[in-house]
Amino acid sequence: MSSEAPVVRAVNLVKIYQTGGLPVPAVRGVDLTVEAGEFVAIMGPSGSGKSTLVHMLGGLDTRTSGEIWLDGRRADTLSESGWAVLRREKIGFVFQFFNLVANMTVADNVELPALLGGVSPRQARERREYLLGELGLADRAGASPAQLSGGEQQRVALARALANQPRLLLADEPTGNLDSRNTRDVLRLLGQVHGQGQTIVLVTHDARVASMADRVVSLLDGQIVDDGAIPKSRRRPLGAAGDVVELRS
Amino acid sequence: MRQSLLALLAKEPAHGYELKQALETIFGGAYPSPNIGQIYVTLGRLEKDGYVRSVDVEQANRPNKKVYYITATGREALETWVEEPTEGPRVRDEFFMKLVLAPMTGLSDRMALVNRQRRHYLSLMRDLRELAERTDPANRVALLLIEGAMLHLQADLDWLERCQEDLP
Repeated sequence: MSSEAPVVRAVNLVKIYQTGGLPVPAVRGVDLTVEAGEFVAIMGPSGSGKSTLVHMLGGLDTRTSGEIWLDGRRADTLSESGWAVLRREKIGFVFQFFNLVANMTVADNVELPALLGGVSPRQARERREYLLGELGLADRAGASPAQLSGGEQQRVALARALANQPRLLLADEPTGNLDSRNTRDVLRLLGQVHGQGQTIVLVTHDARVASMADRVVSLLDGQIVDDGAIPKSRRRPLGAAGDVVELRS
Repeated sequence: MRQSLLALLAKEPAHGYELKQALETIFGGAYPSPNIGQIYVTLGRLEKDGYVRSVDVEQANRPNKKVYYITATGREALETWVEEPTEGPRVRDEFFMKLVLAPMTGLSDRMALVNRQRRHYLSLMRDLRELAERTDPANRVALLLIEGAMLHLQADLDWLERCQEDLP
């Protein structure tokens, strides 16, 4: 039964921040359903509520009102420890700031969620080797997070989020600190795991990342103003006779 | 097209079809494959202006082929082109015209226009990404050209977002 349910269902989700003075609405009545295997990109200007939305979906921020259902289970009513269990079992999260465990090696950071998820040490190691390899970090496995650049830490955070093959991958600007080449590695890995059926919801302003998605959800002032598939291109297939670039007429 | 043909001819004399092939090889799939007729028309104009000359080269069992080479005047024109600063890209304004004018006529609302355009840009980005994946990793020129197109498209998307924020 629960395998038929959408991976994510948010109903009339609202978040109002009140720090001191006036209440500030960040998310104002969002309805969002994500089916298993879907890849959804969330876009919108800064301050439109994107980060708040994914943080609520991952239980990292409490909702003011509305419902969150994950994998067929009501989640918004869970306690903090209930969320912690749910996250460990079902959600991989890539934060804007990576939150790696400082006194563990890169390899241990990535393997930990898989080990907590109950797979064998050998499987955890193989999964870690695959993920770090795909992200060009195989030779950094023994390093500690402090020895890594921001871009490397961000990729380790992605590897960690995928270690457990979670039911849902949530990511907030997962390429925000990456140069072009490293972004390409991340895109390739996202494409691979999505091809293997990984459900992905990610916030991005990077059009290369968003163009990987099946569907784009646009937020403005805390509300969804567009939600739909990225259309198939109407032009001739590129490669033989591209017309993307006009160098000089 | 004039300058790129002159530049190729400054390297070595060539006939029209060789120039077409050279452009395709150097710039790869993102470059619009030049029409051979257009190449011959441009070569004709360059010849009329005294920038190139041509000689007929006999071929066994086939019609003669015309081989073009650059003149001293042509080389000077090429040097001037290389040395002068190049104009910056123009803002693509057709969509902006639509965005500003269409709502005034009641034909469409801005939100719908922006949303449709965003999805279209993302679809173009997907094409570029797939083209980059298919391009020979050793062809730095072609990949940089695609990356340039991607960066421009990103700027267009950012601008779209600003329009959505600031136009009522």
